[in-house]
Amino acid sequence: MPPSPSRSRTWPTVFLFLAPAIALLLLIYGYPIARSLGLSLMTQNLGTQLEPQFSGLGNYGRMVGDGRFWHTLGNTAVFTIAAVTIELVLGLAIALLLHRKFWGRGLVRTIAILPWALPTAVMAVGWAWIFNDQYGVVNDLLQRLHLISGPINWLGDPALAMVSLIVADVWKTTPFVSVLLLAGLQSIPDDLYEAHAIDGATPWQSFWAITLPLLMPQLAIAVLFRFAQSFGVFDLVQVMTGGGPAGSTETVSLYIYATVMRYLDFGYGAALTVVTFLLLVATVAIAIALLGRRGLRQL
Amino acid sequence: MTSSPPRRSPAIAFTLAIVLLMIFCLAPVLWQLITSIKVNADIETIPNIYWPSRQTLSHYAELFVRRPFFNYLFNSGFVAIASTVLCLAIGTPAAYSLARQPIPGRSLILGLILIVTLFPYILLFLGLLELARAFGLGNNYLALIVPYTAINLPLTILVMRSFFQQLPRDLEDAAQMDGYSTGQMLLNILLPLTLPALVTTGILTFIFSWNEFLFAFTFMTEESLKTIPVATAQLSGASQFETPYGPLAAATVVGTIPLVMLVLFFQRKIVQGLTAGAVKG
Repeated sequence: MPPSPSRSRTWPTVFLFLAPAIALLLLIYGYPIARSLGLSLMTQNLGTQLEPQFSGLGNYGRMVGDGRFWHTLGNTAVFTIAAVTIELVLGLAIALLLHRKFWGRGLVRTIAILPWALPTAVMAVGWAWIFNDQYGVVNDLLQRLHLISGPINWLGDPALAMVSLIVADVWKTTPFVSVLLLAGLQSIPDDLYEAHAIDGATPWQSFWAITLPLLMPQLAIAVLFRFAQSFGVFDLVQVMTGGGPAGSTETVSLYIYATVMRYLDFGYGAALTVVTFLLLVATVAIAIALLGRRGLRQL
Repeated sequence: MTSSPPRRSPAIAFTLAIVLLMIFCLAPVLWQLITSIKVNADIETIPNIYWPSRQTLSHYAELFVRRPFFNYLFNSGFVAIASTVLCLAIGTPAAYSLARQPIPGRSLILGLILIVTLFPYILLFLGLLELARAFGLGNNYLALIVPYTAINLPLTILVMRSFFQQLPRDLEDAAQMDGYSTGQMLLNILLPLTLPALVTTGILTFIFSWNEFLFAFTFMTEESLKTIPVATAQLSGASQFETPYGPLAAATVVGTIPLVMLVLFFQRKIVQGLTAGAVKG
């Protein structure tokens, strides 16, 4: 087959097929990132009457001494590390459970992904009601079980508000982790386990020797996705606690939002965006480096 | 094999684990449903009432009669469907191109597409706010449809590309012999074959668009243009000291029902799309 006539015809179609998607991605992903980079070198706020003035690295210098920034970064780290760790362990347990054959497995698997599909902001309203200090069902159940003597003000206490957010996030996104891990489990051939069992290994030993090592690519992907998403968490926190009480659950994304929308400090908001972006990229790069090229190819 | 445990106890432990899992997943939603049909007096009762003897639909009536919840549902549905259709229309040819055509820098493009799926929306927030202002798109459906389309493009491209790669090449060769152009071939021959994949990615796009909060919260300030997640989050009582617990719970139920339906009907497809998008990058 001579490829020459079709080759000359291909170029316009390649362009036609790919260009709209690339253009849209550049507009919605490329422009905002580039714009934030540029704007972060400007001061543009009420002080400059919202006119941009070049200020070099001034915004970044300001960030170093900005206690609220460090505080929100700490909150974000606590939220992310706690939520992702719990989601990973719980997600793996659920995936192992759903991997076994049992009656009604299809229905159970359906219900097990339900929380992931529901709107975060809407369920954040639901979780605020569940943790309500006066009529909340968490307080009611704990009191019935005699675990607490009086109602607890979950969302009004700095530490407990963070705990409440983590619980809601674990509920919402563990299903995503277990879906990924379940797909990984299904790709591990059964005869590996059978051979291992013939050698006298217990299921517990097989789990450490076969399941966990072969599941590494999916575990890495799950961590990557979950890390990035919880690092930028907005809707859950905004709706459930609004960053309160007294800023104790304010994450970086809420701080960016407030800097832009409430204080109209666009230059500083841009700098905060850039730093969040760089932190994310750096962490992802380290994770991929740790995974190694071979691990990556498996993905 | 000395420590082989008796068969019955693992079976009971397993069943218990499954039951706990079901409670974990369903209880928070069911509690909203129960709250939403309680009368106000029963909602504000301690200890809590778990099986209300008096039921009411008044909280739902409040949403649809006194507040424009039909309107919010329409906004969410319209934006989500428009974004889904656009995303498939733009993403499918791109996916085909990246699967089959000789593209310079293909692995770079794919790598970038994979990486942007990790970006949280807040990174785009400031830039999109400026774009929306520059184009005068505040309180315009396009202010949501355009970003939702773009944000779902990476997943659509990745999933559709892996489906195209699984198709036998003979089909395309035969079509080309018959004188089809690439566009005609995609539309007439490949599209019917990839319909299941289109449904898969379409459902995911719909879910993400229906659920998005940050942009809807910022770009749609006009009451009649709000989407369900924003309207639910902003639902307030007659005064700031009064929280409308009943309507809030009812709104939660209304906002989640369409998605519960989607999950019930398309569980397999959702799982398929999620794993293909995330794992087969």
